[in-house]
Amino acid sequence: MNVRLYLLQRATALLMVPLILGHLAVIFYATRKGLTAGDILGRTRGSIGWGLYYTAFVLAASVHGAIGLRSVALEWGRLRGRSADLLMWVFGLLLAALGLRAVYAVVM
Amino acid sequence: MSEAASTTIARSGTALVPTGAAETTIDVSIWRGKAEGRYETFRVPMRESQTVLDVVTYVQRHLDPTLSYRFACRVGVCGSCAMTVNGRPRWTCRTHVSKVVENGRLEVAPLANLPVIKDLAADMAPFFEKWQEAKGVFKPTKSRADDIVQISPETRERRIIDAAIECINCGVCFSACDTVRWNEEYMGPAALNRAWTLVNDVRDGGNSERLFAVAQGGGCHACHTHQSCEQHCPVGLNPTASIAGLKRRTMQAYIRGELE
Repeated sequence: MNVRLYLLQRATALLMVPLILGHLAVIFYATRKGLTAGDILGRTRGSIGWGLYYTAFVLAASVHGAIGLRSVALEWGRLRGRSADLLMWVFGLLLAALGLRAVYAVVM
Repeated sequence: MSEAASTTIARSGTALVPTGAAETTIDVSIWRGKAEGRYETFRVPMRESQTVLDVVTYVQRHLDPTLSYRFACRVGVCGSCAMTVNGRPRWTCRTHVSKVVENGRLEVAPLANLPVIKDLAADMAPFFEKWQEAKGVFKPTKSRADDIVQISPETRERRIIDAAIECINCGVCFSACDTVRWNEEYMGPAALNRAWTLVNDVRDGGNSERLFAVAQGGGCHACHTHQSCEQHCPVGLNPTASIAGLKRRTMQAYIRGELE
């Protein structure tokens, strides 16, 4: 891992700490209040705030996870630099695409 | 003679081999061959204050003169005699058998994470090549015509260097490191520890190259902070702390755009 990937992984971790806490709070709130899917969609649809919140979360998780997977692939999978980079990009873009599609579905 | 000294002698008098008793022996399995090889077991008499290097030397001098191993100073200064003893890398000249023997047995192998030349002699070339990669070489900024730079032992930089400078290049940390085992590009604890001492050396002029070198794929950011290097370092250094220092310093340099 070079300094750029290291910094990106730490920065996204830092960003995700409050996002994860907020996400957990939302889950507890939604389950304790017994919110239905319809209730939740009623609050998220058209909400710029929730859209930005989960877009940031998805992007941070994609970057963070993909860099981590690259290290695992290098060290335990014995992949070489180029193929580990390729795996990182494919995995990161896949995560981002799936996550953003989900955000689009609940916000738009 | 002081009381402390006489106490020490009295303690060492409680010997592993009491005078007049039957000779106690130890079975030592020693790696023979190169990457492919096998353990060969020898029976060696146990002695008082015997080191693992003493055992290996006994085998070579009395039992099998073809055994290859490496040593020089025998007093923990030169860093030549490191081997894997009962699964852990150690400096054998300062490792007492009584401290590491398990059920009367010793297993001695060459250092891990390095190619084997023969028997207990590991090829240290990759270890020292990493020092070069990490720019672990002093780059002077003055000539012999200049005055000697005065550096107070109290300065922050000098204190950081003091904490890391006593490396004897034995390769124990390199052999103990999981990341070295997993990632062949990784420079390893000793090389990065050396780089850190030079980063803090106010006389050195090679820091832009050095910080660039250790910020690459095999550099300081590959360290997982497992701290095996600190655990095993025979002279009590903490290369993990040095690597953490490099991580901070390279990150600052990167953010300031100084790493190009």
